[in-house]
Amino acid sequence: MDIKDALEMVCMTHPGMVRAHNEDSVACEASCGLVVLTDGMGGYNAGEVASGIAVSVVSSEIKHYLEEARPEDKDADSGEDVAVVLLRNNVQKANSSIFHAAHSQPQYAGMGTTIVSGLFYDNRVAVAHIGDSRMYRLRGEVFEGITRDHSLLQEQIDSGMISKADARVSQNKNLVTRAVGIDAEVETEVHVYDVKRGDIYLLCSDGLNDMVEDEDIADTVKTLKSNLPLLATQLIQAANDNGGRDNVSVILVKVKGDFAAPRGLHAKILSWFKN
Amino acid sequence: MAAKIILSMDGVVLQEYALNKERMTVGRKAHNDIVIDNLAVSGEHAAIVTIQNDSFLEDLDSTNGVMVNGITTKKHFLQNNDVIEIGKYKIKYLNDQPTQTTAADFERTMVLRAPVKPAAAKPVLSTTQAIPTVVTSEDALDATGKFSATGPLTGSGSMARAAGQSAAAGGGEGGVTSQAPAVVQILSGPNAGKELELVKNLTTLGKPGVQVAVLARRPHGYFLTHVEGATFPVVNGESLGEHLRQLNDHDIIELAGVKMEFYFKT
Repeated sequence: MDIKDALEMVCMTHPGMVRAHNEDSVACEASCGLVVLTDGMGGYNAGEVASGIAVSVVSSEIKHYLEEARPEDKDADSGEDVAVVLLRNNVQKANSSIFHAAHSQPQYAGMGTTIVSGLFYDNRVAVAHIGDSRMYRLRGEVFEGITRDHSLLQEQIDSGMISKADARVSQNKNLVTRAVGIDAEVETEVHVYDVKRGDIYLLCSDGLNDMVEDEDIADTVKTLKSNLPLLATQLIQAANDNGGRDNVSVILVKVKGDFAAPRGLHAKILSWFKN
Repeated sequence: MAAKIILSMDGVVLQEYALNKERMTVGRKAHNDIVIDNLAVSGEHAAIVTIQNDSFLEDLDSTNGVMVNGITTKKHFLQNNDVIEIGKYKIKYLNDQPTQTTAADFERTMVLRAPVKPAAAKPVLSTTQAIPTVVTSEDALDATGKFSATGPLTGSGSMARAAGQSAAAGGGEGGVTSQAPAVVQILSGPNAGKELELVKNLTTLGKPGVQVAVLARRPHGYFLTHVEGATFPVVNGESLGEHLRQLNDHDIIELAGVKMEFYFKT
């Protein structure tokens, strides 16, 4: 099945109830199975600029590369999937653009952004993230986070210093330990996961998971999984009903069918002719 | 501003300390940051570790232990107004930073340039494995109130019952909040008479694959929205379409061939 038929994608972003600006950005490229969500930070409108740069660089560059490259191939240098290399390189490219803009224009000094991005290919998804924007997955009845925040709080949880229950009342919620555009180099965390039919992937900014408990997010996703636009609306509404103190963005991806890459010479030639 | 602690005994304030160091120790010996010269207090009794805006209390294997808010503890994540007891001494923890659960807080996200390394070793993430936060909610589906949608519409008997409910709930109009518990009662079909309490934020109605609507409980009321199916739910004879609709007391919903009534419990 072609990837754009195998996946259903919905993107939604909302400034929330308190903030005047929306510093989140989202993009869905259904034709190549790519989703990107960013949450910018920095004074004036610098957060918007940073998150906007990250989304446009990552989505347009990867889309461009995929006209030539096949994400399931192995990269000649690293032996990793091309998808993984594409994500890592283009997040680095976004990092450089933001870093240089921040250093050349005083009003953008110190701007940066989180990012979470998924590239679906060959019944797999490569997930890249930096900062505290998240990806969750519903598979069957199990709803779980598949990214781990790069935040002070997550480090404290990992080291056993603070329990998950205590983390909810921590005052250190908004300190990220990694972000795009802050330093000349950035380390992107990328993992590849198998994808199953029926899976639902949720990408969100912290405006959702800070305002709505994971249990309530899980409940909402399970209840409304048959209608993604309504599910996205409902999640944003829940964040806003609880105060909506931050911008809130969600991307939903539902796996409706198989999207294995064509294998074997025959299939490859066939798909080549189709192009 | 930094958090502070107030040391007192028998209701008399002895001293106030700002938590301006990463680690402050409490004990009998003179080298502690907070010295309590009393034989019930161990040489090094406890420590308060502060990271950014959060403070943690740790018992340093003291002889007589530490209580927080009346409970003996080895380690505690301090919250504003917690009272630490060491022998007859009380230490009140004050952190008047607005907590993130109140309004007008949520500082903008910031980057920590030099990550604060926690004392314990950080587990290493292997590239193939993420450490997920697993959230399960087994009861999510049990309570969704699915019902069979097959069965003829029967009007008269159930409508009489609806009328009775209406009389009972007559005075309850007006100040409706999310706290007002509400119920959907099935009026027709094999489950006629059954009541479904809307105890969750989202309750689905209908039959998956045929027609489903969701009832969302929000701070300002209950809202019905179409989820799936070729036909839309009907409220008081009007089709809902793609829009959401706030429900009023005694609205009649028709969904997948079944009639039901929404009302507030009094």
